[in-house]
Amino acid sequence: MSTLKDRMADIQAQAAKMNKQVYKGAENKATTFKKDFQKESPKLVTLEQAIKQSGLKDGMTISFHHHFRGGDKVVNMVVDKLAQMGYKNLRLAASSLQDVHEPLIEHIKNGVITSISTSGMRGKLADAISKGLMKEPVIFRSHGGRGSAIVNGDEHIDVAFIGASSSDALGNACGFSRSENAKSICGSLGYAIPDAQNADKVVILTDDLVAYPNTPASISESYVDYVVEVESVGDSSKIASGAIRDTKNPRDILLAKQAAKVIINGGYFKDGFSIQTGSGGASLAAVKYIRESMIEQGIKASYALGGITAHMVKMFEEGLIEKLIDVQSFDKVAAESIKNNEMHKEASANEYASKDEQGSATHYLDMVILSALEVDVNFNVNVLVGSDGIIRGAIGGHQDTAEDAALSIIVCPLLRGRIPCVVDEVTTLITPGSSVDVIVTEYGIAVNPRRPEIAERLKKAGLNIVDIHDLAKKAKSIIGDADPLPFGDKVVGVVMNRDGSVLDVIKNIEG
Amino acid sequence: MELKEAFAGTLESGDIFIQIAPSKNKGVQIDLDSTVKYQFGSQIKKVITETLQGLGIEDAEIKATDKGALDCTIRARVTAAAVRATGKDVWKD
Amino acid sequence: MQRLRRTMMFVPGNNPAMMSDAMIYAPDSIMLDLEDSVTMAEKDAARLLVHNALKTIDYGNIEMIVRVNPLSTPYGKKDVEAVVKAGVHVIRMPKTETAEEVQELEAEIEKVEKEIGCLGRTQIMAAIESTKGIINAYAIATASKRMMGIALGAEDYCANLKAQRTPSGDELLLARQTIVVAARAAGIYALDTVYSNLNDMETFRKEVELIKRLGFDGKSIINPRQIEIINEVFTPTEKEIEKAKTIVAAIKEAQAKGSGVIAVNGKMVDKPVVIRAEHTIELALAAGVITKEEL
Repeated sequence: MSTLKDRMADIQAQAAKMNKQVYKGAENKATTFKKDFQKESPKLVTLEQAIKQSGLKDGMTISFHHHFRGGDKVVNMVVDKLAQMGYKNLRLAASSLQDVHEPLIEHIKNGVITSISTSGMRGKLADAISKGLMKEPVIFRSHGGRGSAIVNGDEHIDVAFIGASSSDALGNACGFSRSENAKSICGSLGYAIPDAQNADKVVILTDDLVAYPNTPASISESYVDYVVEVESVGDSSKIASGAIRDTKNPRDILLAKQAAKVIINGGYFKDGFSIQTGSGGASLAAVKYIRESMIEQGIKASYALGGITAHMVKMFEEGLIEKLIDVQSFDKVAAESIKNNEMHKEASANEYASKDEQGSATHYLDMVILSALEVDVNFNVNVLVGSDGIIRGAIGGHQDTAEDAALSIIVCPLLRGRIPCVVDEVTTLITPGSSVDVIVTEYGIAVNPRRPEIAERLKKAGLNIVDIHDLAKKAKSIIGDADPLPFGDKVVGVVMNRDGSVLDVIKNIEG
Repeated sequence: MELKEAFAGTLESGDIFIQIAPSKNKGVQIDLDSTVKYQFGSQIKKVITETLQGLGIEDAEIKATDKGALDCTIRARVTAAAVRATGKDVWKD
Repeated sequence: MQRLRRTMMFVPGNNPAMMSDAMIYAPDSIMLDLEDSVTMAEKDAARLLVHNALKTIDYGNIEMIVRVNPLSTPYGKKDVEAVVKAGVHVIRMPKTETAEEVQELEAEIEKVEKEIGCLGRTQIMAAIESTKGIINAYAIATASKRMMGIALGAEDYCANLKAQRTPSGDELLLARQTIVVAARAAGIYALDTVYSNLNDMETFRKEVELIKRLGFDGKSIINPRQIEIINEVFTPTEKEIEKAKTIVAAIKEAQAKGSGVIAVNGKMVDKPVVIRAEHTIELALAAGVITKEEL
């Protein structure tokens, strides 16, 4: 007979060999009713405790997502707290920034935030940065590019602060809540998933602490270190209203009809095609006409991708689209759908558009409709810097989808008031012309000379195909020659390509 | 030419709002606020000045609020403001 | 070839943004309005805006029309001077009731044209918007050699008639047919009234189908969204196009032979049939259902 006691010498020898301890006996068993026990979760702390316990130090990188868009409350809440706690010299890595983040101006002036990376920015913050507020240039990345950078270490995140519409005390978190106490909804948490998976420490902030298990979860407890209950993470009404609103703007309708004709006649409108469209008026209206043609010709899409909208959800529910892949829910209907329908898949930024991920959805995308602030005669696109030299947009998935889609379509009016949108050279290079196939304007459609077969197909369908140089000339003939912008010598922004290379820099604007 | 205070135009996109007033100083003084100031500020001022000179107005104070108006619109609005300020129409009465 | 006038798009004369991009919707004609869409306080400013737009903006091949204020108002004569000097193609006279009013306008136009040395450049069209005008339709249509067409203005006409507008348009039938008959007898264009409910495109399409059956050349419109439907309705069918092509081919053959007689399958073709065939081809070309190369 061999007893535990008899084997002890062998156990000790084996443990020493494996460099392990010998089992010393069990701790006390937790016998509380577990529903109550959850409330004692050691992960459940205050924001200040989470920050302290995370080991955050001056000079480190904190990250945020922008799924609440203009309704986000997390960035300001956390950075205010960090300022109060005396932190300095932090790097803020956001998936994007909005008008609502104007308070960051003060935190930049006070040295709390000294470096930023984001997909875009708008409003007073963007204005101040364009005029040279920061010492360090802001790093701009596409959504796919950010996902890659987080994984490969270009953008190392020390502490991720992730706003969630529901979480249990262990950190199973979602962009919606299944409970009656739901306060907010943003749908997909796609842009926060790489942060959760790769940051050294992960803090979930939620305005609806629900019972364990909050599954299926967008972010699994296994990634989460702290859960902080707060009054509100975001104002969902700022995402978009619930109902589909069709544009009445005749120019948007004209552009939408043309874009739909390009989709239908471009050679990729076949059973099983995949598509992404934006949230602009023309883009949304185009979906309406595409839908009509799909019904008429009996064609179904295998998946729709991207920022998912109510229009896409409707077609999905009608069976015209088999699956939705949703990195960001553009409105409340989409956010509700991701909660209720498992064929409406939530995708991380990497699954959506990373160049490094063979299986990313953009790799298998047939067509995309995108917008632009400016395009130039070489088909380069700018979606970030206004033609007044001030940052007023975001790269978003522009670079990613334009490069990967078999047919990329930019819808953009020739003129916005006296601002030309087809120019000799874009103010800032965001998406290289080699990625861009077709430009749809109200004065005609230009096809990249690299795609003569597309031009041929569209001509055959009776569309008005024009030379892009003629569009630029037409714009000038209407508005006259613009004076050059008063750019200074300071680099205020760096535009990264999705592959991690540097595409362009943004100089400060004077005045 | 004798001027009263007058205005013409709107603040709608694609339009320009022109306020004209007599000036004690020589020349046309323009206070311009424009959505396209960097690119077209000097052109807008040039059109305003030339239009006024074409109507025989050498001295005036102009406040212009521009929402991306084209030159032809600027000419029309400046002329309308000037006609209202002088009481002298460009068409036969 | 004759001009197509399927769509005449109203653009308010005091709206620079709409005036500068109206051409992108490719209506056959654009009608800049100085009358009902402009308040009294802005008549002077709108007149200047329209004058400068006509002189400067490139409207391509689109026919440019201006609706002036009646000559009986303090604005009418100045409107005429401003738009004739800017080179407008057509002046649209509102609320026309008699031939004399047309002649009065013609005299005003001539005065300005003489002054700037372009006598005969400007055409006239008359909007008939009252029962008296309908009674005088033929006299109005033949009042001037500048007369390009007559149009129905249904709102004022119905008020004058003491009838309600209905979706079927029964109350307008006599006026519409009178306009078409008078226009055809005078050899000018017949143009229908506006349809203002933009939320009911189905009834709009029915109305367009009706006025096409009645013989109208086109319709005034208030929104670019109406253009596509009118063009669709006015696009000839394949059968009509085929027939027209045969006749046009016969014309070419006759011309080649130097013969004055046009025959298809051994049968002589009358002049009106030839004109209609040519018109069908124009409509088909404009709609893009056939190309010039095909002919």
